[in-house]
Amino acid sequence: MNQPASAYFIEERHDPNETHTLAVLVQNEPGVLARVIGLFSGRGYNIESLTVSETEAQKHLSRITIVTTGTPMVIAQIKHQLDRMIPVYQVVDMTQTKRSIERELAMVKVRGQGEHRVEALRLADAFRARVIDATTESFVFEITGNTDKINQFIDLMRPLGLVEVSRTGVAAIGRGPEGM
Amino acid sequence: MSDKSHDPNQMTGAAMIVRALIDHGVTDIFGYPGGAVLPIYDEIFQQSEVQHILVRHEQGAGHAAEGYARSTGKPGVALVTSGPGATNMVTPLTDALMDSIPLVCISGQVPTHLIGNDAFQECDTVGITRPCTKHNWLVRDVNDLAKVLHEAFYVATTGRPGPVLVDVPKDVQFATGTYHPPRKSDVHRSYAPRVKGDATQIRKAVSLLAGAKRPVIYSGGGVINSGPEATKLLRELVEVTGFPITSTLMGLGAYPASGKNWLGMLGMHGTYEANMTMHDCDVMLCVGARFDDRITGRVDAFSPGSKKIHIDIDPSSINKNIRVDVPIIGDCANILGDILQVFKAEAKKPDIKSWWQQIAQWRARNSLYYKKSNDVILPQHAIQSLFQATRGKDTYITTEVGQHQMWAAQFFGFEEPHRWMTSGGLGTMGYGLPAAVGVQVAHPNSLVIDIAGDASVQMTMQEMSTAVQYELPIKIFILNNQYMGMVRQWQQLLHGNRLSHSYSEALPDFVKLAEAYGAVGLQVTKPADLDGAITEMIAVKRPVLFDCRVAALENCFPMIPSGKAHNEMLLPEQANDEATAKAFAGGKALV
Ligand SMILES: Cc1ncc(C[n+]2csc(CCOP(=O)(O)OP(=O)(O)O)c2C)c(N)n1
Ligand SMILES: [Mg+2]
Repeated sequence: MNQPASAYFIEERHDPNETHTLAVLVQNEPGVLARVIGLFSGRGYNIESLTVSETEAQKHLSRITIVTTGTPMVIAQIKHQLDRMIPVYQVVDMTQTKRSIERELAMVKVRGQGEHRVEALRLADAFRARVIDATTESFVFEITGNTDKINQFIDLMRPLGLVEVSRTGVAAIGRGPEGM
Repeated sequence: MSDKSHDPNQMTGAAMIVRALIDHGVTDIFGYPGGAVLPIYDEIFQQSEVQHILVRHEQGAGHAAEGYARSTGKPGVALVTSGPGATNMVTPLTDALMDSIPLVCISGQVPTHLIGNDAFQECDTVGITRPCTKHNWLVRDVNDLAKVLHEAFYVATTGRPGPVLVDVPKDVQFATGTYHPPRKSDVHRSYAPRVKGDATQIRKAVSLLAGAKRPVIYSGGGVINSGPEATKLLRELVEVTGFPITSTLMGLGAYPASGKNWLGMLGMHGTYEANMTMHDCDVMLCVGARFDDRITGRVDAFSPGSKKIHIDIDPSSINKNIRVDVPIIGDCANILGDILQVFKAEAKKPDIKSWWQQIAQWRARNSLYYKKSNDVILPQHAIQSLFQATRGKDTYITTEVGQHQMWAAQFFGFEEPHRWMTSGGLGTMGYGLPAAVGVQVAHPNSLVIDIAGDASVQMTMQEMSTAVQYELPIKIFILNNQYMGMVRQWQQLLHGNRLSHSYSEALPDFVKLAEAYGAVGLQVTKPADLDGAITEMIAVKRPVLFDCRVAALENCFPMIPSGKAHNEMLLPEQANDEATAKAFAGGKALV
């Protein structure tokens, strides 16, 4: 094994990466989001998308939904590292349960005239995007769906005069009557 | 409305802090005053239940608290002011996090209305210490203070122990509120570390152990953290199974070094027999250790043929570096107890005679061999002499970081847990002297020795002054090789012998330095004088700086070179230039 002079064992791992959506139920208290984000930056984990909001005000519970990528070993580490934080109640791997629904909302601003404008409207209709603002030369579309669908819509808007996108990040929930 | 002035639970935040310390059985704390903690110091002044040890630098307070904690099994407590007081605590907090030491740090903060204003001696203490504590709190309301303090002690000492910090703004220390004694509801409902092991996993583990032909037990600091019961059960398990046992740097003393199944420490500077046993075993039982990179060597060649059982209280330690077959999450005392019970009921001692024969052959390589000299003291010999001189005495050892630390681990035999305090995970030079201060505070009548290096000891030397003030007779045994020996060793092995800044130029005269502090200085240069000088050091009932001049160029072997596996160790007799060059191939040109 050839490696530079080092006090560490330098090794590359070749396991393929996976993308997982994690739902993290936390006590809503000052600093809790910083703890979670700090864990990801400090340990070099990826965050593809992050959504946070209080979900049960009386119980001071917030739900953080994180989309992350890593090898299976890293994903398992991320879950354990999250779970051992003091204010974390529960970590559910929505991808592993395979029975979850994921949604994202995006607002997409498109500017153009003539054919482009007509085409944008037609595609928006096909994607069930709604017009929530309009001028004679622009639209703002609101679209919900899974990440792929939104990416696809944005790609289609690009040649038609895409100006700006604002996305919420992913929210996820399990199917069926049971809670988390 | 009731008259609150007669309610004994009405008090200031500062008073609550002292009251909470008393309620948690704290008798000694280590600290340094400043503007943002003066109300607390005022309370400390007016009572006598909690003794405050004034250190000379906040890092010293942190390491002293660590030494106190490691040698007693109780949490260590440090008190520091805002800003620089808090930032000086970052190293000990990180050290305690890496080595799972229960530490409670209370820091002062600027008044709440000034937070965020860049006020004098303000820093974002909870932000800075978030990644180096198990948990931390900023208390903005005096009525939350009691709850937070109780939770802090609970979090520090339960589950996988670790450091916590409570940041208390000055106005909260002055404000009056209601105190309550510790109660269950003080703790986050989301915090519930698992202690009991899963019964199915325990059965799987026993059946692996019972069927083992080439077993090994590899234990770590978790066994010591778990408490005396875990140590007792570990020893019993070794007895009942007849298995060989090795341990990490942090785990030394859980199984006695004089025990007949003891293989010595494993890892980068572990013994040949320990590492070969790990490499060739068919069943490995890892108890309270974490497959750290100094232990495993090259990960993809780590113990390739074995089934691995891993007992750990922290689920995130499982499968982090090494994939294991039977993980068991929980407290190791609990789980070892369960394993023993099932083993005794359903299994019998496996016949591993031929495995022991193999181990005897590895042992015969005598991997800790070194060549004694009549002219110059060999550092290994110095540790052996120290060990002999302290046998039968009530001794505690701390260390700094470097070659001397590894030699101490190799040549000093530990018979009991809590007797060995060293900075393992973080490798903090400057840990040992203040840690010895903390150990001596906890054990005033014991012999406390810091096995030190000439470079490390200068990092926290100022705590000699603390030792003198409190009449703590710590012994600082400096293996003075006039080098940052461990750095030099790596430069020799990996950087073409270019000894860049690893020579200890302009060393102080340690004897005069000791005298300047009001301590005792001793120096020895000849092997013939060593034993006498050690006896003298032990006899002195005052702090001692012992300048033990040792062979400057001695290196620490055996060694697993980087990128190599356990069975590719470099042994002392092979460590000539040519063999070393080969072992480190891929590195730069060698001597
Ligand atoms: C605070 C800190 N800085 C740097 C290092 C890197 N380091 C590891 S060992 C060592 C040299 C230690 O020298 P000494 O205390 O004389 O011990 P020796 O190896 O000579 O026994 C250094 C600089 C460290 N571990 N800790
Ligand atoms: Mg040295």
